[in-house]
Amino acid sequence: MNDTALETYGASPYTPGHRACPGCGASIAVRTILAATGPEVVVVTATGCLETFTSPYPYTPWGVPWLHVLFENAGAVASGVELALKRRGLGGRTKVVAIGGDGGTFDIGLGSLSGMFERGHDVTYICYDNEAYMNTGVQRSSATPVGASTTTTPPGARAWGEDRPKKDMPAIALAHGIPYVATASVAYPRDLARKVVQALAIAGPKYLEVHCPCPIGWGFDPAQTIALARLAVRSGLVPLFEARPGQPPTARKIGRPCPVTEYLQAQKRFRHLFERADGAEHIAAIQAIADANVARYGL
Amino acid sequence: MMTEGRITTAKGRVAVMEGSQAIAQAVKACRPAVISAYPITPQTHIVETLAGMAARGELDADYVRADSEFSAASILAGASATGVRTYTASASQGLMLMTEVIYYLAGTRLPVVFTGANRQITAPIGLQPDHQDTMSLRDSGIIQLYVESVQEAYDTHIQAFRIAEDHDVLLPAMVCVDGFVLTHVFEPVEIFDQPAVDAFLPPYEPVHYLSPDRPMVFGSFTDETNTLEARYITQQAALRAAARVEDAARAYQTQFGHFHGGLVDAYRCDDAEIVLVAMGSVIGTLREAADRLRAGGISAGVLKVRCFRPFPAQQVREALGGARAVAVLDRSLSFGAAGVLATDVKAALYDSPEGRRPLVLGMLAGYGGREVTVDTARKIVDEARRALGAGRPPSCAASFVGLRRELLPEERT
Repeated sequence: MNDTALETYGASPYTPGHRACPGCGASIAVRTILAATGPEVVVVTATGCLETFTSPYPYTPWGVPWLHVLFENAGAVASGVELALKRRGLGGRTKVVAIGGDGGTFDIGLGSLSGMFERGHDVTYICYDNEAYMNTGVQRSSATPVGASTTTTPPGARAWGEDRPKKDMPAIALAHGIPYVATASVAYPRDLARKVVQALAIAGPKYLEVHCPCPIGWGFDPAQTIALARLAVRSGLVPLFEARPGQPPTARKIGRPCPVTEYLQAQKRFRHLFERADGAEHIAAIQAIADANVARYGL
Repeated sequence: MMTEGRITTAKGRVAVMEGSQAIAQAVKACRPAVISAYPITPQTHIVETLAGMAARGELDADYVRADSEFSAASILAGASATGVRTYTASASQGLMLMTEVIYYLAGTRLPVVFTGANRQITAPIGLQPDHQDTMSLRDSGIIQLYVESVQEAYDTHIQAFRIAEDHDVLLPAMVCVDGFVLTHVFEPVEIFDQPAVDAFLPPYEPVHYLSPDRPMVFGSFTDETNTLEARYITQQAALRAAARVEDAARAYQTQFGHFHGGLVDAYRCDDAEIVLVAMGSVIGTLREAADRLRAGGISAGVLKVRCFRPFPAQQVREALGGARAVAVLDRSLSFGAAGVLATDVKAALYDSPEGRRPLVLGMLAGYGGREVTVDTARKIVDEARRALGAGRPPSCAASFVGLRRELLPEERT
């Protein structure tokens, strides 16, 4: 693939006919990712939204060989696929891409993913991060951002939503010494496609995390998925960067950041912060996260 | 370690070696492409030996040091779905951790071969050889073969690949080997030359596998319109496996001269009044016990259930139909119910015609690793004779053989 990924959307091996919700960020991400990989790839998918909406038997939108095993083992399964492809003489030619949600990546699949990283398998692992367990009905994951209401972090007299910071998964990936870690957003498809191509060109384990708004789980108009993803980036809450061991990360510049309130106000999951007495202090804390990102990554 | 002294035979050689090393020799001869494992006692000597063979270049396999048993099995799911031969070994908690993957392998028809080095399940934690670990996989769809000796462990691993990879079967298979009693014992074993094993076990030819040349999907989502059919298909494959287990055992006998039974192995059952039914390494002791009992005028026999899944109900009925009493020696228990093997034996006999339905005694013998000797077997037979005298089996569904009552809280007061 090359910079013309967007022009070849029609040729993406990920085709229409799946059962994603309208405005599903994950599905948009996968279409871009597959346009970038082309057909010479095996895709491993963890249990989750993507697996569910792309695999109702006997239908499939996958124009490439596709394997779903379980929730918590995409990293391990992809390791095995990579080894077997090598045994069959397809090593290097046929790429292996594993795709999991944030629950399957940050939480339940972290152990097997860590194993894939440290053993050095030539696999590109991509997390579509929609910041909660959407497939089961919007429960909190360790990727859920501070302040967000989910069905297991509902605000109340003694709770104001998710009260722990989002796990820094790219830093965990980088700590394994793997050659390439990057973040991306569905709002910037050329950037996403370029990072996929970059990852595939590097031997060894790669980690790519793609921010994917979920209209159902976050509470917004499905027509606004891309606009909302862009606000997340422009506020500084979702830095888009590439990192390699021993080098400072390089980030996409966002210019003058927009206030986080612009992003938060557009979503039902943060509405309580604008309605409750202690909301302002929590919003200020979220603004501080964005400010820290701007400083940390030079956004 | 193998000893220096070796005897050359027509198709191989005989050497004294540890059970784990014999298993590793069998696995090596089967030429798996990917081996993935995580250490757990008493499986370790098997995978250490394989890792050494790979390191020395004697075994052309990718040996993956997985981060858990769960990942070890998952790596093999990926490799098997990509069309290559795969192997792993585990035990006890490791098999529990693999359970989720094993159900997947059966449902997706991926013929990964396992060694289950039998060991108790925690709690209490311990290293004792019983069958609670592998029996917990009873309903997963994996084929299970229980072996009696190191030689049978060697031979059965080679058969297991052939059974699992048969296109009529395509299911995972597990050779269940009593921990320590077989994995760590040294015995003379005949191992066969590579060309002879190659002649018995052809290269794996997958029917379905991941390839960009012919894209297909594995692991689809099913619903009420087709889940039942998926289950039916797996059940048919498991039932077909029974004939393949028999075929493999007979073909192996023809080629190598070794036979340890097919689905079952009946020893002196034809005219037996009392038959002891069991699986695994205890069988040797029971054969000895039957001989001695017969010398004392008691007509005893032994039925070895070699293949536990698929369960050979017909063969069990035929072997036990002439007996008056049957004692099932179980090394696993379904708490609140009965021994796991005894339950299946009783269910099989229920369909026997009138007059061919012996009394069945459920005996937990060897459970938790409690030793079973010839004398233990004699006591079990005595109990069976008392039951025959009373005309009914003991009231409890599962007797704890050799129970030390002085250790029980209710006995201490």
